[in-house]
Amino acid sequence: MPVWITITGLIIGSYWGLLMSHLGVWGTLQIPMPGSYSPKTLILKVWTSVFSKSFLGDSNVQFGMRASSSGVGNIWPAGHQRPSKLFGLALPRHYRYHNYIFGDHLLYHLPAKFHVKADIQQLLVSVVRDSECEMYPSVSSDESYSLVVKEPVALLKANRVWGVLRGLETFSQLIYQDAYGTFTVNESTISDSPRFPHRGILIDTARHFLSVKTILRTLDAMAFNKFNVLHWHIVDDQSFPYQSTTFPELSNKGSYSLSHVYTPNEVREVIEYARLRGIRVIPEFDSPGHTQSWGKGQEGLLTPCYRSYQPEVSGPINPTLNTTYSFLYKLFKEISWVFPDQFIHLGGDEVEYDCWESNPNIQTFMKQKGFGTDFSKLESFYIQKLLNIISTLKKGSIVWQEVFDNNAKLQSGTVVQVWKEQNYAKELSSITAAGFPVIISAPWYLDRISYGQDWRLYYAVEPLNFSGTQEQKQLVIGGEACLWGEYVDATNLSPRLWPRASAIGERLWSRQDVRSLDDAYRRLTVHRCRMVRRGIAAEPLFTGYCDNVLK
Amino acid sequence: MAGSRLWLSLLLAAAFAGPATALWPWPQYIQTSDWHYTISPHSFQFKYHVRSAAQSGCSVLDEAFQRYRDLLFGSESWQRAALTGEQQTLEKQSLVILVVTPGCEQLPSLESVENYTLTINNEQCFLLSETVWGALRGLETFSQLVWRSPEGTFFINKTEIEDFPRFPHRGLLLDTSRHYLPLPTILDTLDAMAYNKFNVFHWHLVDDPSFPYESFAFPELTRKGSYNPATHIYTAQDVKEVIEYARLRGIRVLAEFDTPGHTLSWGQGVSGLLTPCYSGSQPSGTFGPVNPILNSTYEFMNTFFLEVSSVFPDFYLHLGGDEVDFACWKSNPDVQAFMKKKGFGNDFKQLESFYIQTLLDIVSAYGKGYVVWQEVFDNKVKVRPDTIIQVWREEVPVSYMKELALITEAGFRALLSAPWYLNRISYGPDWEDFYRVDPLSFEGSPEQKALVIGGEACMWGEYVDSTNLVPRLWPRAGAVAERLWSNKVVTDPDFAFKRLAHFRCELLRRGVQAQPLSVGYCEQEFEQI
Repeated sequence: MPVWITITGLIIGSYWGLLMSHLGVWGTLQIPMPGSYSPKTLILKVWTSVFSKSFLGDSNVQFGMRASSSGVGNIWPAGHQRPSKLFGLALPRHYRYHNYIFGDHLLYHLPAKFHVKADIQQLLVSVVRDSECEMYPSVSSDESYSLVVKEPVALLKANRVWGVLRGLETFSQLIYQDAYGTFTVNESTISDSPRFPHRGILIDTARHFLSVKTILRTLDAMAFNKFNVLHWHIVDDQSFPYQSTTFPELSNKGSYSLSHVYTPNEVREVIEYARLRGIRVIPEFDSPGHTQSWGKGQEGLLTPCYRSYQPEVSGPINPTLNTTYSFLYKLFKEISWVFPDQFIHLGGDEVEYDCWESNPNIQTFMKQKGFGTDFSKLESFYIQKLLNIISTLKKGSIVWQEVFDNNAKLQSGTVVQVWKEQNYAKELSSITAAGFPVIISAPWYLDRISYGQDWRLYYAVEPLNFSGTQEQKQLVIGGEACLWGEYVDATNLSPRLWPRASAIGERLWSRQDVRSLDDAYRRLTVHRCRMVRRGIAAEPLFTGYCDNVLK
Repeated sequence: MAGSRLWLSLLLAAAFAGPATALWPWPQYIQTSDWHYTISPHSFQFKYHVRSAAQSGCSVLDEAFQRYRDLLFGSESWQRAALTGEQQTLEKQSLVILVVTPGCEQLPSLESVENYTLTINNEQCFLLSETVWGALRGLETFSQLVWRSPEGTFFINKTEIEDFPRFPHRGLLLDTSRHYLPLPTILDTLDAMAYNKFNVFHWHLVDDPSFPYESFAFPELTRKGSYNPATHIYTAQDVKEVIEYARLRGIRVLAEFDTPGHTLSWGQGVSGLLTPCYSGSQPSGTFGPVNPILNSTYEFMNTFFLEVSSVFPDFYLHLGGDEVDFACWKSNPDVQAFMKKKGFGNDFKQLESFYIQTLLDIVSAYGKGYVVWQEVFDNKVKVRPDTIIQVWREEVPVSYMKELALITEAGFRALLSAPWYLNRISYGPDWEDFYRVDPLSFEGSPEQKALVIGGEACMWGEYVDSTNLVPRLWPRAGAVAERLWSNKVVTDPDFAFKRLAHFRCELLRRGVQAQPLSVGYCEQEFEQI
């Protein structure tokens, strides 16, 4: 589908993107416009009262409901008639896009604007089809939208509420304050949709616990960047903060402390907060490796390692016992209803075989099954049983690439996530040649830091740059920026993630030919200041300043 | 030297590594035991000894008592702890402080004595120091010795500490030109510096990108040269506040006004100050370093540094002198003519020297000492013998250890920064690299080694502002702090790791957003507001 941005009817470029346009960025005037740009551009003033009371908070989803019944929703009937106090500090905090756009400035610039001729008085939102308002977003959610900003009413049209959310973000980014402080938006026409349906951020709450507040803040920032998947690597060797109702001992014994856990209520809060921003929450319960913390609360789950026939320490999950699988069934049954997303991430990476090798019972089992000394067969045996459990639970599975590499028999539709950097293009070829959908993370490990502007490397990645047919390329459903937690906690998460992850956000949303680094630098500089203004501690790209300093 | 005694106590301490031995930086001499005393937040007091030269009314210590009371006990109302258990514990109701030399209203200096002894035993809970600055260091140590049981009771172990810094200059550089740092960010950094026993705030105030220092002699400098003259500047009041806040923590403020390079932002507000660069026979419209051939330049510097000398009370000023790019000077026909007249030939280092020497004369006339970057030495500028040379280049023209040898061989005092550029980040525990450096591991006589007065951790601002400064600084700068304070034999990385991990949790508890060293957790995690 073609996507265009036009200004006063003139097509000036085709930018998809979280940082949408040349037009709307702060400091528009400094940016050289293409030759076809008309200097007669009509600049429209935005009333701070653009949004009605019933709009733009967490309540915008409700609004979408109403819109769907009538086809077009007049979001805001008020204009001149509205008393200005409605938009003062009394405005409820949850009108989030109102705050993002007008922030602290509302009181200062309100009165003088009413006589200006060219005004945007309303943003009309129209949800064309069934709004999906009470649903959860999914990998097939329609996020497309179109936005026409024209006097006197701006129109945002989308098939579903998810597209409305993306469009609202774009609209908020089009508005800027001119030199006199007037909120201003250029007349523009935008038609937009994502390049890839899966655009994720991985957070790791096992190496370091992240408070719910930190996670919610991250979801906010994800929405600013049109990310739509929170890959929640919730447990690992170091700790098990997920509080299971079926197996409460897992977090009682496996968490760092009793205050370092996620209660069922907190998990629900994260999921709902994400849903309201059009973000899916995909939990990862990585096994059979990376499970040291599971063993503390579930006796007999891990493989006893033998040194001269004495069990000393524990290795990966013991794949030879029936009790293992009945445990897994119950745990994943719980997970499958706690997390509403269609997919669960099962991990399956970095399984070390030494411990299995040392264990005489495992050796016997291997012999019995005819696996010889090939422990990858044992691993595949385990994973296949787990995959079967998941499909019994009517969920889809995502696994790390090792599962594919070790030739486990995967059901069609199993998604494979590529994380090893070496030859990842080749890996993409093989996985898609075998017909499996794939998620790319290999070039986007944001926990690996270096001096300087590494965002440029992330930005330059082209996900479809591997050898394969058209059909193969279509199996790339997207990618994820991974922020592993060995050296990251709430103290440094935000500046380490933003705006570096924004580069990946644009790579996954915008069209393939949006790749000019200079243009990206200009827009990203503005966007990082925008994030700072919205309360995200996004670090600087380079020397310079924002008008608003983070408090 | 009590080398063997120290080793013994170090090993003992490492062996039981309880809460009482998680000190950072590690003291010169410590003896501690399991025997401990309770401390009651209700009744505990800091008290001046009757014979102390500092008494109530001494701002430095009065305010420190308040700070440390808050740090130790917070503002919670404490339940009186019911003491159970077998051990009969004595309560310590006060820490008694005796300062030998008066000097509460003075400023710390390079020569300030920071020694202290801390005695906590059945008879005493006593802090003795030569100066108030030493008392500040001792109070910090005391605050790190106090620990809390899971039930919430405060304890301190029986401990004997004799402590003093290995180097007198232990600095941290912040760059407020590449990115502006709001005043509260600077003040918070001074607090964290005090926790680490840093004692010099090297304030790289201005540079090419912006000029946030508000000069009363030349207000145009900030009006035209700052990022935003309303919000991104340091007023005279701000600067005073920083200096006083630092003084109360025993920290010197070493202001840097870097010239003749790194001065683009100066040119906005003072026309004719910078050298016009030429392309061919025409001025190109761009500007280079300060123009060293004009009298007006030196008149400006005379007035400007007169102001700076009085605004910043420390004896030393940092005059920069690094990375002068000669291309613009070379392109300018007037500069060429000047070179010929002076007989410099094509050696622009001589022109640089000419400039620097004139500047040094100006600053000396105001009764100030100065610190300069190593290029001034490398380019053989004739400087006063008491000049301090700061080494920042890791490999070129020679390795930094070799550079230290050369500088001290020439009889100058030296500061080391080269291995401690904290703005340069990489994956993993890079604090170990900072920690491993020994500033005196160059070949030279004991007299040469004595000329190394310390070092500085540098946080240049290209990629750093208030969004990421704190986690990038702490606890990484802590590694440098211990290297500069503690005895040279304190080098064991495992012992350091245990204490530093504990210390970073203590920093979190104190509200410093210090990032993790490795996997794990703190009882009290950082929570963003």
